[in-house]
Amino acid sequence: MVQWTAEERAAIQAVFAKLDYESVGLESLTRLLVVYPWTRRYFGGFGNLFNSEAIMANPKVAAHGTVVLQGLEMALKNMDDIKNTYASLSELHSEKLQVDPGNFQLFGDCLTVVIATRMRTEFTPDIQAAWQKFLAVAVSALRKQYN
Amino acid sequence: MLSNTEKELIVQIWDKMLPVAEEIGSEALLRMFTTFPKTKTYFSHLDISPRSEHLRCHGKKIVQALAEGARNISTLTTTLAPLSRFHAYQLRIHPTNFKLLNHCILVTLACHMGENFTPVAHAAIDKFLSAFSAVLAEKFR
Repeated sequence: MVQWTAEERAAIQAVFAKLDYESVGLESLTRLLVVYPWTRRYFGGFGNLFNSEAIMANPKVAAHGTVVLQGLEMALKNMDDIKNTYASLSELHSEKLQVDPGNFQLFGDCLTVVIATRMRTEFTPDIQAAWQKFLAVAVSALRKQYN
Repeated sequence: MLSNTEKELIVQIWDKMLPVAEEIGSEALLRMFTTFPKTKTYFSHLDISPRSEHLRCHGKKIVQALAEGARNISTLTTTLAPLSRFHAYQLRIHPTNFKLLNHCILVTLACHMGENFTPVAHAAIDKFLSAFSAVLAEKFR
């Protein structure tokens, strides 16, 4: 089981408290699709994903960004058992969506960059470390059902 | 593959970072050491505590090398040849670590530039850092 210090829990809660799910979700997903264009393969039904402006204005991307952030909130609310919390989500991503799990890490990186642009100097190295540990646990749980 | 617009953007960004090279470089390193503690194993010979002289000096070197690379993107292999040999034959850093520092450089730029670190700038810098690291790791084997 993952051990969290009181400081880590506080840091992760602090980051979440600042997150506007719609705005951060949209921008993180946009960055994923712009910085790592191969990820567009999973969003064939989303319409215009040709460039940064089109993606940011795409309502399907916005909706999906919110869904992903809400998924992360589930992990936040069950920090001591993320593995089991994510069991069905993991199965969904591996069996139905068939997403290469390497892309989970990339989304996490983009989300971290968005948080950094919003929180700026408040996103200290210690807060970043706690946040990235949380993301690593979430990503690992999402990979669990792949076989 | 970098477009001409991306190359210009990359030069612009690193030119802005050069005057604060110590601050940016030491912050990126500190973020890397804090988030990925195993990276500290390569620095047992230095004092890498926050705001230490070694950390600031080393951070500055890294940003200066990146700015130099940005100004010579089409000749990265020749420009970085000495650094490339150094990383291969003396430092012998496990290649996965380049990605960790690159990510922390991106986060540092994002913190400093805020919304000016647009998705397009993010993509350009990420591609540049990947190309830069690839040259540094070229002689590994």
